[in-house]
Amino acid sequence: MLKYLLVAFRMTAVTVVLLGFLYPLLITGIAHLAFPARSSGSFVRVGGRIVGSRIIGERWTQARYFHGRPSAAGSAGYDPLSTGASNLGPDSKKLIARVVARIATLRKENPRESGMPPIGLLTASGSGIDPDISPSDARYQAERIAAARAIPLRRVLAVITAHTKPRTFGFLGEPRANVLALNLALDRVNGASTR
Amino acid sequence: MTLTGWLQAVVIFAVLIACTKPLGSYMFAVFTGRRTWLTPLLAPLERALYRITGVRADDEMNWRQYALAMLGFSFVGFAYLFALLLVQGSLPLNPQHFPSLSPGLAWNTAISFLTNTNWQFYAGESTMSYLSQMAGLAWHNFVSAGVGIAIAIAVVRGFAAKGAGSLGNFWVDLTRACLYVLLPISMVAALVLTAQGVPQNLNAYRTVTTLGGGKQTIVGGPIASQEAIKELGTNGGGYVNANSASPNENPTPLTNALEIFLILLIASGLTYTYGKMVGDTRQGWAIFAAMFALFWLGFATIYHAEASGNPLVHQLAVRGGNTEGKETRFGIAGSSLFIEATTGTSTGAVNASIDSFMPIGGLVALLNLQLGEIAPGGVGSGLYAMLEFVVLTVFIAGLMVGRTPELLGKKIERREVQLAILAILVTPIFVLIPTAIAALLPAGSSTLGNAGPHGFSEILYAFSSTNANNGSAFAGLGGDRFYYIATGISMFFGRFFVAIPMLALAGSLAEKRPVAAGAGTFSTASPTFVLLLLGTILIVGALTFLPADALGPIADHYLLYAGRTF
Repeated sequence: MLKYLLVAFRMTAVTVVLLGFLYPLLITGIAHLAFPARSSGSFVRVGGRIVGSRIIGERWTQARYFHGRPSAAGSAGYDPLSTGASNLGPDSKKLIARVVARIATLRKENPRESGMPPIGLLTASGSGIDPDISPSDARYQAERIAAARAIPLRRVLAVITAHTKPRTFGFLGEPRANVLALNLALDRVNGASTR
Repeated sequence: MTLTGWLQAVVIFAVLIACTKPLGSYMFAVFTGRRTWLTPLLAPLERALYRITGVRADDEMNWRQYALAMLGFSFVGFAYLFALLLVQGSLPLNPQHFPSLSPGLAWNTAISFLTNTNWQFYAGESTMSYLSQMAGLAWHNFVSAGVGIAIAIAVVRGFAAKGAGSLGNFWVDLTRACLYVLLPISMVAALVLTAQGVPQNLNAYRTVTTLGGGKQTIVGGPIASQEAIKELGTNGGGYVNANSASPNENPTPLTNALEIFLILLIASGLTYTYGKMVGDTRQGWAIFAAMFALFWLGFATIYHAEASGNPLVHQLAVRGGNTEGKETRFGIAGSSLFIEATTGTSTGAVNASIDSFMPIGGLVALLNLQLGEIAPGGVGSGLYAMLEFVVLTVFIAGLMVGRTPELLGKKIERREVQLAILAILVTPIFVLIPTAIAALLPAGSSTLGNAGPHGFSEILYAFSSTNANNGSAFAGLGGDRFYYIATGISMFFGRFFVAIPMLALAGSLAEKRPVAAGAGTFSTASPTFVLLLLGTILIVGALTFLPADALGPIADHYLLYAGRTF
């Protein structure tokens, strides 16, 4: 047994160096050279200042911006240091109460929209930092944004169309729009400064 | 359900089938010491590794020596990670200055990674230093997968041996699994992942002011390199708490497809390796067929349940499938497929919240674990778990026709059947008994996240998952000392009390000389055998677990459709 432990000890030491250090450091080096923006976190800059990451969702509250899905990450939602889902079962009283409350809030925030809010805006994502919404989640908010920005509805709809990504290769995943990209596009339409 | 949703699953599966033979042949060459196209590059490294560690590559081991070497290596790996986590606070590569872990959490995490379970009682992004992630957790991802492959190869050698009694050399199998199989595929996968947006850096987290005026901290770290081996090695311990649901680990539909593919890749390839090693590739395809019959049955059931949606939400006049706990970019099809893949193997990575799945979706995930993860199973462990059912099926078939059962020309006798049954019994013993104890003790139920049958499902799932070395969770269970200890024990027995009986069985078969097949020999490569094998798996699984599952997800389903909430 002692013989095995001795070999095991050496094997651990050697493989830790090879697989625990050399492998990740080599990948870090190659990634840094080949994909500098993506490997460092897909940061988005506005006027030289970093305002977020392309891949990480954030909490939006103002009427003039698209809002993301409900989030269970941290107490206020969208905390990248405490990612996760609500983990509420489908027959949980809490879950149903939350959906009812979200319907009420969304109807109040979007009074011009007569239909029911789409299910994406009523259910929390898996990560709590979902960066995307579905095209119908975006269209539901279009009237509110047009009113808040005092621009024609068709310009908001044009932003949604321009930033909706189809399924990858036509069949992988779902069509979606990145909320940060949508909001940056809105600011380009009529300036970030009009408050 | 949508056509594109099915198409996504079919295309990923088609690519997987296309890779099964080339990868299987490659692994056959690697583990039988033949030359491969990577040999010129890796052989000098392999020889250097043996020189430093003092391994004599041509030493043959019998099953006891093989098991002892495996246990010795596992013990050292456990002690190393346990110590690393206890002192990470005073070590370098810790830009967020995370403190050391408590002994209970460090103990649970060390067992969890040692056994390829990767149960997460910790949130990676706010607990683990970069050093612990890459040199501790990701290292275990490699070697626990390597150990799984080594055991599977040793077991197959026992099945294929012509009376020699030797199962090979553990150190050589482990080294080759890591160097020739896991490392090259991980390197390619890690680069694809980071090209798609998975971070790979050693920078500190960055706090930014958002357009909306809020503050947000953006996580960094060597994520892509860990994500690749996490899926390929069917480990599943997330770099971050939300695991593969987080865009940090899984940012696009393409990475989602790649991760599903990686999860299934080695287990599929090993079926072909098995066929080559026993000298009849049809044997391997028969096992492949049984594994993926279960896989498609599971996927179709989950996808249907999730796409049908939640009747309690539909009552509010809201339309659509069950999107709670699922990411927009994957949708219901991409989430259902990922969860089938992760529970059909020993991975346990999740891209959606299984706790929020419909009861029937959750039931399929739970049954996948309870059947022992054979659809298609963890790296290595899937194959040897399936082989224990093969031995049992051959035995039952032999009883039916009243003749001594044979497998690959070897008589299956009392000792082999006893060992296979022992390995099969570990699952019910270490799932059902701890679940019953936890349900009765206040410590077991005080931290549940849901009430009613769904709460019971959380306990049952926790022990099914840890025992099967999966690591996915119905969440809900809070990390406290009771679960640290109880799940730690469950993981330990689930790993070693299946692996050791299987090595013993292989050792026993290795000493037998094969006899020529006669007219009455039952072919283990025929469709009849595949059906009989599936029947055995489902009957053993159903008899063992249906009573417990009836109290959990099945009761949950009926009460939900009756309009009850908890």
